[in-house]
Amino acid sequence: MPWEVQEIVFRNFYTAFLSVRVQRPGPGGSRRWMTCLRDLCLMPCPHTEEGSQDYFCLHRHQMLCDVDQVTAMRFILRQPSPVWLHFTIEDLQIFPPGQKSPQKDFPSWLSQLTPPEQPASLHGELPDPEKVSTEVQQMWVLTEVIRARQAAARIGRFDVDGCYDINLLSYT
Amino acid sequence: ELKLCSDCTHIISCTVSSVKIINPLYSRLYRSFLFFVSLHKPEIKLESLKEDIKDFLKTSGWEKKLQNAVYSELNVFPSPCHPAAPPEHIKEPLAYMRKAQGSWEKRILKSLNSMCTELNIPLAQKRPANEQKELLNKWNEMGTDEPDLSLFRPVYAPKDFLEVLMNLRNPNYENGEQPSFRNHLGLIQVPLKVKDIPELKEGFSELGLNIGQLGIDDSAQVPPEFFENEHVRVGQKVLAEQDSAAAQQYVRQGCPTALRADLWALILNISNQPEDILYYEQLKSNVIQHNLLVDSLIYKDVKLTASNDDYYFVFEDYLYQVLLCFSRDTSVLEHFAYSSATPPKSYIQGKLGMEEYAVYYPPNVNYNSFILSVAPLCFLYHEPSKLYQIFREMYVRFFFRLHSISSHPSGIVSLCLLFETLLQTHLPQLFYHLREIGAQPLRISFKWMVRAFSGYLATDQLLLLWDRILGYNSLEILAGNRIIFTKHVKSAVLADLSTLKVMPLLQIFLFATVT
Repeated sequence: MPWEVQEIVFRNFYTAFLSVRVQRPGPGGSRRWMTCLRDLCLMPCPHTEEGSQDYFCLHRHQMLCDVDQVTAMRFILRQPSPVWLHFTIEDLQIFPPGQKSPQKDFPSWLSQLTPPEQPASLHGELPDPEKVSTEVQQMWVLTEVIRARQAAARIGRFDVDGCYDINLLSYT
Repeated sequence: ELKLCSDCTHIISCTVSSVKIINPLYSRLYRSFLFFVSLHKPEIKLESLKEDIKDFLKTSGWEKKLQNAVYSELNVFPSPCHPAAPPEHIKEPLAYMRKAQGSWEKRILKSLNSMCTELNIPLAQKRPANEQKELLNKWNEMGTDEPDLSLFRPVYAPKDFLEVLMNLRNPNYENGEQPSFRNHLGLIQVPLKVKDIPELKEGFSELGLNIGQLGIDDSAQVPPEFFENEHVRVGQKVLAEQDSAAAQQYVRQGCPTALRADLWALILNISNQPEDILYYEQLKSNVIQHNLLVDSLIYKDVKLTASNDDYYFVFEDYLYQVLLCFSRDTSVLEHFAYSSATPPKSYIQGKLGMEEYAVYYPPNVNYNSFILSVAPLCFLYHEPSKLYQIFREMYVRFFFRLHSISSHPSGIVSLCLLFETLLQTHLPQLFYHLREIGAQPLRISFKWMVRAFSGYLATDQLLLLWDRILGYNSLEILAGNRIIFTKHVKSAVLADLSTLKVMPLLQIFLFATVT
């Protein structure tokens, strides 16, 4: 059952360089091994910790060849430094297109710093101000609510219902 | 007109919510928008509203304020890490470091708990009304109190912490008993990446020999028109611009004494608004309401360190105020998102194990030696609420790294390793000698670094050094600083540092060493 690869996610464990090979259909119905990633550097300085336990994500567009109709994959791990006892990669996940890795949602303010300019509508005129203002009232109430909540957070209570009598610290 | 106004409110709320992450600014900006709207109500047109608001942001100075707020967020928070990474990975990427920090915390918890049990006092309890009143009356002279604290002992000493760092090992590393190329000759045995001299030179390029430095080029022998006058003038300009980024760049060459307080506040984005003063008052009332066991530890620590210090003893009362408030400040808890440490937890009396009664034992007191990191700030700020905010910001940006185990380049482990590596590379004979006679240099210098040299250097020199910490947003300069003492004043390994001039030595070490 051939696969199409969109994204590969894993956690490194002391691998310095990673190559990936995929098995794909070759001419005449044969299967061929092709290198789709060659010596990607995971630890910039292999004798030291940098990158040693980091998470990595490889995208389809980083690959050297097409990664559709894949029937098998090989991960070739290299570690030139002799100081580490083991090296491997962990939590390996391979995602087909459409199924996205769990992306953290960026807060909207980050992606919409400059909101796209709306093209001027050719045949509509300005929205009915009456309608806009009724909708806006709702927004206004919401912002008021947010503001009220904001103020509560800044007080920074550490007690529970005014009580902060404690005896010992918890070990869990 | 009413409709127009509600439209305004809408656009404003959208603009404002896009900067909502900058918490305290939010309500202030919102109010000032509303004020703007009420002022210009007749002239505002729906079509040009957006442009009007943009103009308003510029002319009212809000643009700068927002810029500074974003810049300060960028400085504090780590760059976003991989989406698959769990929160603990953001705190500290190396699993064995997380574990070590966890067991170090457990040790502190045990020590605190056993102190509670032995002395039979609770961690926290409400003060009776008359005690509250008494404390309120002597708020400004808490130092006159001489409670008997002989039964309290410090939770740990710097050497205990060093011991833990020395025993830190990567389980995946060939840790042979025999000395080999894999072992470090110093005390720290963790294979972290630390910078070498060329990398440091690049990072600290503004300390170069051909660039003017306060602390060198303002000495009595140098006429001020060569460097000092111009530098002061530029400093005033930076302040007038109110630009955090420019200020940070500027202090890399040192702050003129007269401008330091304002420049540091600008870099740390502290403006001491009425809300901030109110917040400080709130903390103060928290101190008055509840009596905490850590208060006694703070008292004891201040008595043992600052009260005996030639420079700092005058600030004793300030120190109590700041530190007691700090121990109640829940906003400090936010820094645990990017610190390897976790705050201690407890339960309200009689509600053990019930999550809705779980509380933090507020919020993070290091129980040791961070007292001295407040003291030098007392020279700069006389208003308690401002002093408090500056200290809190310095703590959540820099100082917490000196007290927790992490692999961060400014973390204490990296600093120790950087110190040992530089010393070994550039003063091999001295390093070898000290090692052979059993006086590992880190043992001597550790407490200096943990305290960011506070209490060991003359105050003017210390402030010049801290200028560079703020300017480079990094503590690495502390390790470099430590080396120069060993190198240029070899007796300084054991001696009194208070007569040394920091900046010339640091410059010579970084830029005049043959590499």
